Amino acid sequence: MVTLKQIRNSVLIALWMMILTFPIMVIKVNTIENIVIWRWMNLLYIGVGTVILSIFWFFLINRRKLEPEERKRSFALKGKIETLKGVLAKPVVQKPLYAALLVIIIIFPFVSSLYQTGIMITALMYVILGLGLNIVVGLGGLLHLGYAAFYAVGAYTYALLHRYLGLSFWVCLPIGALSAMLLGILVGLPVLRLRGDYLAIVTLAFGEIVRILLENLSQYTGGPAGISGIPRPSFFGIKMSLSTAMNYTYFLTFALVLFTIFVVRRLEHSRLGRSWVAMREDEVASEAMGIDITRAKLSSFALGALWAGLAGVFFSAKTTFVNPASFTLWESVIILCVVVLGGIGSIKGVVLGAIVIILLPEYLRAFSQYRMLFFGLILVMMMIFRPGGFIPAKRRVYTFDKAQLEESD
Amino acid sequence: MAAILDASQVTMDFGGLRAVNNADVHIDQGEIVALIGPNGAGKTTFFNVITGVYKPTTGDVRITAPGKETESITGLKPNKITEKGLARTFQNIRLFQNMTVLENVMIGRHCRMKAGIAGAVFRDRKTREEEEQVVADSYAILKKIGLETFVNELAKNLPYGAQRRLEIARAMATEPFLLLLDEPAAGMNPHETRELDEMILKIRATEKISILLIEHDMSLVMSISDRIYVMDYGLLIAEGQPKEVRANPAVIKAYLGEEFNA
Ligand SMILES: Nc1ncnc2c1ncn2[C@@H]1O[C@H](COP(=O)(O)OP(=O)(O)OP(=O)(O)O)[C@@H](O)[C@H]1O
Ligand SMILES: [Mg+2]
Repeated sequence: MVTLKQIRNSVLIALWMMILTFPIMVIKVNTIENIVIWRWMNLLYIGVGTVILSIFWFFLINRRKLEPEERKRSFALKGKIETLKGVLAKPVVQKPLYAALLVIIIIFPFVSSLYQTGIMITALMYVILGLGLNIVVGLGGLLHLGYAAFYAVGAYTYALLHRYLGLSFWVCLPIGALSAMLLGILVGLPVLRLRGDYLAIVTLAFGEIVRILLENLSQYTGGPAGISGIPRPSFFGIKMSLSTAMNYTYFLTFALVLFTIFVVRRLEHSRLGRSWVAMREDEVASEAMGIDITRAKLSSFALGALWAGLAGVFFSAKTTFVNPASFTLWESVIILCVVVLGGIGSIKGVVLGAIVIILLPEYLRAFSQYRMLFFGLILVMMMIFRPGGFIPAKRRVYTFDKAQLEESD
Repeated sequence: MAAILDASQVTMDFGGLRAVNNADVHIDQGEIVALIGPNGAGKTTFFNVITGVYKPTTGDVRITAPGKETESITGLKPNKITEKGLARTFQNIRLFQNMTVLENVMIGRHCRMKAGIAGAVFRDRKTREEEEQVVADSYAILKKIGLETFVNELAKNLPYGAQRRLEIARAMATEPFLLLLDEPAAGMNPHETRELDEMILKIRATEKISILLIEHDMSLVMSISDRIYVMDYGLLIAEGQPKEVRANPAVIKAYLGEEFNA
């Protein structure tokens, strides 16, 4: 399982860690009484802890190298997981499961607190954002680090149109989405000539430009203070209590999630979606096969922006307040993490990714100091052990009936 | 009748390097033409010029699709040229690795399909029918090339020889009148090469597709080509039927070097 050499390495790593952390973990200077406290026990903890973790790490690495067959034998639990997966994949099991999930989602806002409903709305919004970015990054393979800019465009479109023209949520929803898409096309035209890292850098810069613009055009946008008093979604002008309004927003967001999944699924298995994936796999080859690369890139970029715009309008409506601080680079990175951790190009993966990334930190507030540390650790581990994400994307399997098989003879 | 492909005085410079030098190549309907030459002669570069990957420094490439007017394709984008009926494979296999074999071929059908965003989202009858047709067509092509057992396999999991054939299948899906094959037999064993040989002849016979191929495997080249062009340092140094080319002293010199000739 773990070789002797690896154990030796673990011990060396532990020694190294002990030396490294010695100054901060062992020495404690009490400046009032001018004495030094030597906490030798800490050194022991670190040493033992590191050895154990490192051996466990080597164990995982070794297991990864085994053939799939051997791996199954070496880990009885894994076999059980496989059978469980097989059972879960059956339609007889899946339908009730989805139904149960739906019931839970519908009941949720009525049994939970206002605060919890709010968090859930946020998580759902990230599902939408993740699925939207998934069109660009997952399907189109375009590394986009300025996604929050389009999210901001949607949010500010509603905020500004309401402030100056008094337009309602329902009027602003399509306008916000379309203006984000339009901006996507305008930015995309020059920018999409770039590939890979260059595209990432330019989109990153674009995201920052939009945020800084919003901060500095203070006579219109309210600057860093933002715009407040944005109304929640209305329902034929009926006055709603706060909790009803929240529940209503929750269901609207959920409906948009369903709509997004519906559209993305259809896009994925269409002529357009295939051309995105082909472009992601190999630009030169896809162009040689007759795909108009400019068009494929622009359409994925613009459709991604459209969803960011939709989510942006929802964001304004949910929080009733927008300011530029909500649309930083960090926001773009989180959305990208949702896609990458969940599973690039996989709808189920992105949904799970959004829920995990948004909900976990909320419920682990006690560890909030170490949030970023955990986040980084999880990302590194994922890239090593599960590079496809929580639920890796699968290609569609086509079945051919007998008649078809013979007909094509 | 006009040649289906007529490249005249094509020159391609990369900075100071003249990779293709004043090349004149023409292909008639139904021909299998080979382009051979030592490594680095400029064969692949010539392919890239014809298929629009590079714009030639000077020169003109004209095509005459069956039943159509002669037109220049110089400077058109690769996807436009594919639409006009030229399809190619790549020397270093460029499949869509993480797509299935069937999907790879379906991508080839892309330029013959019409559905747009609205069709994708609303999935109207026309789009559904088109989609079904494409699946059926792609499957039929796979069957012709003998890859139907791999339909739902990811392209990257295919054995090497099968990957090369899948490239041909994908190119054929674009309905070309001229197929450009860049070293299709590279890395194949003799048995696979013989199968390839038969397949190319079959493609010409049944699909009425003309073929231009780059190949280093001389037995394959000599057995199936109608005509051969020999390129060395970007220059075409010989042209003719296999037996003429084989006997040409300039060709022998290019392949075997000065000393041998002396
Ligand atoms: N994009 C490029 N930029 C600069 N030089 C290039 C480029 N592409 C090809 N070349 C050069 O042009 C020359 C011809 O290359 P090419 O790939 O066309 O040769 P080839 O005949 O296909 O050789 P092989 O049989 O090895 O495939 C080589 O010297 C190569 O280095
Ligand atoms: Mg070459």
